[in-house]
This record gives sequence, structure tokens and C-alpha cells, in this order.
Amino acid sequence: MIKLIGLIPLFPLIGFVINGFFGKKMGKGLSGAIASIAILASFCVAVGVFMEVNASATKTHVVDLFSWINADTLKIPFSFLVDPLSSIFLLIITGIGFLIHIYSIGYMHHDEGFSRFFTYLNLFVFFMLLLVLGNNYLIMFVGWEGVGLCSYLLIGFWFKNTEYNNAAKKAFVMNRIGDLGFLLGIILIFFTYGSITYGDVFSKAHTGSSTVITAIALLLFVGAMGKSAQIPLYTWLPDAMAGPTPVSALIHAATMVTAGIYMVVRSNIFYTSSEDASTIVAIIGAATALMSAIIGCVQTDIKKVLAYSTVSQLGLMFLALGVGAFSTAVFHVTTHAFFKALLFLGAGSVIHAMSGEQDIRKMGGLKKALPITYLTMGLATLAISGIFPFSGFFSKDEILAFAYEENKALWFVGSITSLLTAFYMFRMFFLTFHTSFRGTEEQKHHLHESPKSMTIPLIILAVLSVAGGLLGIPAAFHGSNWISGYLNPIIIHKNPSTLSHETEFMLMGIATAVALVAIYTAYNVYQKSKVLPASSEKEMRPFERFAYHKFKVDEFYAFTITRPLDLFSKALHKFFDNQLVDGFVEGVGVVVKWLSGVVRQLQTGNIGFYIFSMVLGIVAIIFWSILK
Amino acid sequence: MLKTVLLQSAILSTPIDFYILLSAVLFTIGVVGVMYRRNAIVIFACVELMLNAVNLLLVAFSSYHSDASAQVFVFFIMAVAAAEVAVGLAILSMIYRNLKSIDIDVLSKLKH
Repeated sequence: MIKLIGLIPLFPLIGFVINGFFGKKMGKGLSGAIASIAILASFCVAVGVFMEVNASATKTHVVDLFSWINADTLKIPFSFLVDPLSSIFLLIITGIGFLIHIYSIGYMHHDEGFSRFFTYLNLFVFFMLLLVLGNNYLIMFVGWEGVGLCSYLLIGFWFKNTEYNNAAKKAFVMNRIGDLGFLLGIILIFFTYGSITYGDVFSKAHTGSSTVITAIALLLFVGAMGKSAQIPLYTWLPDAMAGPTPVSALIHAATMVTAGIYMVVRSNIFYTSSEDASTIVAIIGAATALMSAIIGCVQTDIKKVLAYSTVSQLGLMFLALGVGAFSTAVFHVTTHAFFKALLFLGAGSVIHAMSGEQDIRKMGGLKKALPITYLTMGLATLAISGIFPFSGFFSKDEILAFAYEENKALWFVGSITSLLTAFYMFRMFFLTFHTSFRGTEEQKHHLHESPKSMTIPLIILAVLSVAGGLLGIPAAFHGSNWISGYLNPIIIHKNPSTLSHETEFMLMGIATAVALVAIYTAYNVYQKSKVLPASSEKEMRPFERFAYHKFKVDEFYAFTITRPLDLFSKALHKFFDNQLVDGFVEGVGVVVKWLSGVVRQLQTGNIGFYIFSMVLGIVAIIFWSILK
Repeated sequence: MLKTVLLQSAILSTPIDFYILLSAVLFTIGVVGVMYRRNAIVIFACVELMLNAVNLLLVAFSSYHSDASAQVFVFFIMAVAAAEVAVGLAILSMIYRNLKSIDIDVLSKLKH
């Protein structure tokens, strides 16, 4: 099966080509079917590959496809790497990708850009698979850029809306800043180790000086910041909610934004070798987690709440990476992919039923009209809040346990974040599904459960969200922590965990208590007392208003970066462009005009004169060549 | 065979300076004709004169050096000259039809 690895990205590529060229003519049914079947085929191969990797003794397999770049010392074969890490990501991407494709058939049914949507979606899956399959940093970078492009195309999918286009541009530019760091990191790797193939680099990694290793780790992390929405490059992700909801679920929750995590885990040797770099990763992760959780508590757009929740969860994953818990981060990526995709798809189902309304203040009491959505989203909300025995409990507690061992302050920030997570998730949940309906009569009349193509993916994801924890049951529960053992061969451990089971149970107890308190508070405020979030900014308290405006980070960037750049380019335009460049260009024109005015006196129209001058010229040339 | 040898010796018995001189004179007549005549057909004839002056020189050199490649070249020049004359005369006849004249000084419409 591993020999067939080339097929995994090939199927979505074929789907992309077919849909891209013939999608409009084929009609919606066929277009959606081809796109979904392409991903399903990839998923089947991915399952086979996963089985084989799991069963085989050598966990790492390199599959050479062809020689790609061959220039002097730079030799880059186009080869794929199949190992525990990439096989897990393959399953997440193709599995959840397939469910979201099915969901999209229902969700996008009325959209005129139906086949275009599936074209982009297949292209995205192709690039994402390339990203995780590549055996060197360059293939990863190609995939990295490709998913960025697809993200841009899909955020601006409804391109007639200027605001959506701006969101798409913002995502693209923010990602470019990160990509620059990533690219510099790759170049530095090549200069230090003379290769960018993972195997060569990692085996020689310790030969670099510690400064260089820290520089590489930090540059790669800058790339991860952009793609995985960490401070200071996170502001694009909440705006990316302009895209259709399945896109938010697939790209901006389950797969693309975890590419940064994948890259850091892949390069984990640099981070274990550099204490400084991993400390920075942990601090930025914790800061991002806390900050976006606070913002998430006051947002009123259902997708914005989920977006900030995603940023916050990504922050937690980076916290895990920073404290050296690489397999735990992958575990959280997996469970997060399950429940966050489910939450987004559920939100999509709600938005679908509400005819496009996204404001949770205008929802309420939807549990009767949308029973399946209500139930599945409820399970996902419990999972993300970290309630035992749902999947989020295991992955999040593992992160917190590692953080506790490394640094108590990081653990404290992580715990506050999970408190806030439980609070804002249940706030959203109660406001959406409980109490009474607050929308218009027309919307109330229209309320309906979504079609089967949308609810079945919800149910499957709900099962995964509930049971996903089985992948990594900790030793304290007499589990084997399968995922940690599976990923073990490719991860360099700093030091083994020395946490006693009693401490672990204590941490779990604290986390659960914290989550329950948060849920109880949310219940009290939004269910029992029926408090509504302020309907206008005037009613908000100062801090609430500040958080509602996302701590004015966008304004801050606009003031400190965009505006000076604007002024600078305006000044350049005025002096450099208008005077220097234009002056030069116009000067050339003036000189030519003057010269031609003089020279055209020669053009008398008299053929005799022309011939005479020709002969004169020939004679002159002859004389010149003789005298020379 | 004998005839060719005789001819060859006859050509070689004339000093090469004579051929060069003749060519130069013919060529100069051609140049002066092109410069000072206004009748387009005469100009054409003068151009042909120049070409043939060159041909003559080529053939002479070819004989003296016993190298046939210059003669091949002459054939090419003749072929191109013939083609050029065909095109040129066609243009001239069109000019005559339109202007009732082949005086080149009439053709100054492209000025300015």
C-alpha cells in the first residue's frame, strides 16, 4: 500500500482538474460526487497506508517519485515520506475532508458557484496532502503556499462582497509574512546542513551551533505563526470566517491551520535542541490561547466565537509544543479536528436553518427545530470544554499536565484558558439552542433540520468527538496512550515525564472542576437569568467593549504598520515616482522629440537625394575601412 | 575540351588589372547613373549595370584563382537580380498607371 502513496494526492488533483474544466457543464450532482469520490478514494488508500505503517517494524518509509531539482549541490528529489506523523495527518485530512465534502453538497446546494467551490476544495486537499507527505522542506513549502492560495480563494469565495475580498487579502498578506520566515528558515537549513531532506537534516542537526539552531527554530516558528494564527499574526483567522462555513470547518479549523503544528512536530529536533526557541513557542502559544479565549467570550457572531476558539486551541497546541509534548500536540490536533469541524458544521447547519443569520443574539430555542444539530453540537461542546470522558478531556489534560511539569505559570494560563473555553462555548450553546426564539417571524417559520447529507457527517463527527480520546488514554487510567507510542520513533524527547499518577489525577480534578464551574456560570447567566449579550456597544462595560473590539489589535496594526507604510509609499510616490521616474521618462520623450524634429529635415522625399546620401555613406565606409 | 583550354588561356593572357579597371568603370557609370538620372527605368538599368560589374569581377577572379565558387555566387546574383527586376518593374508599371509618369521626383508624397 505504501508504494501507492502517490495516489493519495493524485485523486484530489484529478478531481480538481475534472471539476475545474468541466464542472459547470456537468451539473451539481455529478460535480459534487466526483469531488467527494476523489477524497474518498484517497481516504481508502490512506487507511491502507496507515495499517501498513502501524503493522511494520520500520516506521519510516521514503518513496521516491522522480528527481525534481538537480543543480550542483542542490539535489531535491520529489519523494514522499510515510511515517507515523504523516499517516495520522493523512487520515485527518482525507477523512474529515471527505465528511466535509459530503456536508458541502447539502450546504452549498443553492449556490451558483457550486462546482467552483468543489474545484477549490479538491485543490486544497491536494496541496494539504503534499504538505504533509513531502520528504523535504521544499515540498512542504509548495504545499504550504498552495493551501494558502486555496484559503485565499475560498475566503473570498463570494467575491462580489468587498468585505469578503478584503478578508481574503488580509489572510493572504498575513500568511505571506509568515511564509517569509519559513522560507528564510529553509534557506538557513540548506546553508547549515547542505540539504533540506528531513532525514539528512535531522541526522546532522546536532552539528549546528546552538545560535543557528535557535535561529532555524524561530524562523520556522514565524512560518507556523502565520499559518496557525498565533500572536502577532493571528488576526486573519477570525476574518477568514467570511468564507462558506464548510471552508471554515475544513481549512480554518481542522487541517490547514494545524500545518504549523505539523511543521514544528516534524522539526522537533530543533526545538528540543534549543531551550530559548521552545520557551518562546510556549509563551506565544499561552498568550495566544488566553487572549483569544477572552475575546471569544464577548463575540456575538456564532462563527467568530468558533474562530477565536480555534485560535485559542491552536495556542494550547503551541503551548504543548513549547513544553516538549509533541505527541500530545498531535493528539490535540486530532481531537480538535473532530470536535471543531463538528462545531463549525453544526454552526453551518444553524446558519442554514436561520437563512444566513449568524448573530447568536437573534437565535435561541433552536433545539426543538434542529434536534440532530443540537445533540451533536452539544457533544462537541462538552468535548471542547474538556469534560470526562469526551475526547477533548484527554488531549487537553495531557497538555496541561506537561505544562504543569515544565512551568507552573504556563499551566495556570492554560487552566484559565480552559475555564474561559468552557464558558464561551456554553454561552454560545445556551444562547443558540436554549431559551426562546429571538429572530423574526419569517425566520421562525423557515426553521428546519438540515438535509441528510449534512446531518450524517455531523453524526459521524460526533461519534469521533466522543470516542477520539481512546487514541490516547493516559497511563493513569491504565491506558496505553497509543498515539504517544505510535509517534515515538520520530520524536526526540527532552526528558521523560516524571509526574506521578496522583498529581495527574489532581490536575484532572482541577481541570474538570474548573470546566464545571464555567459551565455552571454560563448556565446561570444565559439559561436561568436569560441574560443577553449587550445589543449595542453603549451598554457594554469598558473592558467588555475593549474585548469586543478584539483588543483593538487590528487598529493597532493599522496605526503602527499599515499607516506608516501607507505614508511612506505616498511620500515615495510623490517624490520618487512623480518627480524622479516621471521626470526621467518624460525627459527621454522630450529629447527624442527634439532630435527627431532636427533629423527629419533630412527626409526630403527626394529619392535622388536618398541615393546620393547612400552612395556617400558607402564611400565613407570604404574609406574608413581602407584607412583603418 | 580543347576549346575550353584555349579560352582559359585567352582569358589568362589578359592581365587582371584590365578586368578590375573595366568593372570599376562599369560600376562607376552605374552609380553615377543612379544618382543623376530621374527616369526610374534608367535607374533600374544602372542598378543592373552595377550588379553585372560585380559579376564580371567575380568571374575574373574565379578564373585567375581556378576556383569555381565565385561563379556559383554569380548565378545566385543573377537569379536574385532577375527576381528583383520582376518585382521592380511591376511596381514601376503601377506607379506609371497612377501618376502617368516615372519621374522619381514626383514620388515625394511620404515627406513629413
